[in-house]
Amino acid sequence: MDSYAIIGAVSVLGACICMGIGSIGSALGEGQAAAAALTAMAQQPDEAGRIRSTMFVTLAMVETTALYALLIAFLTLYANPFWNYAINH
Amino acid sequence: MNFKADFSHWLDLPWQDKAIGLENFDAIKVLNFGDVSINVTIFNTWIVIALITLISWIATRNMKVGVKPTKLQVVLETFVLWMQNETRETSGSKNIQYLQMALGLFCFIVVANLLTFIPWFRPPTASLSTTMALALTVFLSIPYFSIKNAGIKGYLRKFIEPVPLLLPMNVFSEVFSVFAMGLRLFGNMLSGVMFAGILSAFIPFIAPLTMQTLGLLTGSIQAYIFALLALVYTSSVRENSD
Repeated sequence: MDSYAIIGAVSVLGACICMGIGSIGSALGEGQAAAAALTAMAQQPDEAGRIRSTMFVTLAMVETTALYALLIAFLTLYANPFWNYAINH
Repeated sequence: MNFKADFSHWLDLPWQDKAIGLENFDAIKVLNFGDVSINVTIFNTWIVIALITLISWIATRNMKVGVKPTKLQVVLETFVLWMQNETRETSGSKNIQYLQMALGLFCFIVVANLLTFIPWFRPPTASLSTTMALALTVFLSIPYFSIKNAGIKGYLRKFIEPVPLLLPMNVFSEVFSVFAMGLRLFGNMLSGVMFAGILSAFIPFIAPLTMQTLGLLTGSIQAYIFALLALVYTSSVRENSD
């Protein structure tokens, strides 16, 4: 197996593992945030609109960690610096 | 000077680009002035700016205070009032400069994000250079607002709280919390564009529509979050209650 094949295989594998493990935490966190918001909405239906808007903001902020994993996955797939190194050497 | 305008890329949908990569939007050149070339991100930024200016000009052309304002004026007044409320609640200050900053950031990002429903439009916010420029604006306005609120001593005291030992940590968090904001916007918009692109390679007709509809919601929420976080960071140092 030459270096191109190794780099390609490890990049794809690394991107998949990065997305898979990286999204676990944010998925759990989003579930907890949504569950807490639903409980609060059920207890105080008058404040539902305000809770919902706050919940959306919180969800988008929690989602950020998964997005960092996504960025790393994109970097390894499309902007991998080791490709250029292997081509030049 | 040889001027060349090249709009051939505009006929390709974003997911038909030859090299889908992180830099694909910045690599597409639209206008060429000799050596200087304008890429599609800057050109689309101009479109967004022109659209905002046009809407504001139309809405404020015949402003009426009295009985019957135009519909557009009512919509924009509601929007500005909503933003004013949010600004006052978040920053705890009636300084109008907070409102100006939040409105400017929100309007630009929301128009840029909502224009993704045009299939040939590549949103400028899906380019790292645009979002980092926006984050840099917020980063520079933090010392401005802090010094204005609490004086230069109050601003510098933030870095040695609670103990002076944490000075490097405070500096790090000051820098990275703002640039994480730019990364968040970039990641969200890029993932929206690329997910719709990858999905349309498998199911070209109905399925990408649902993802783009979800993208409209995500885009507006991201614009709101960006403005809100900018407000939180800039108003973190307030004057002491004398």
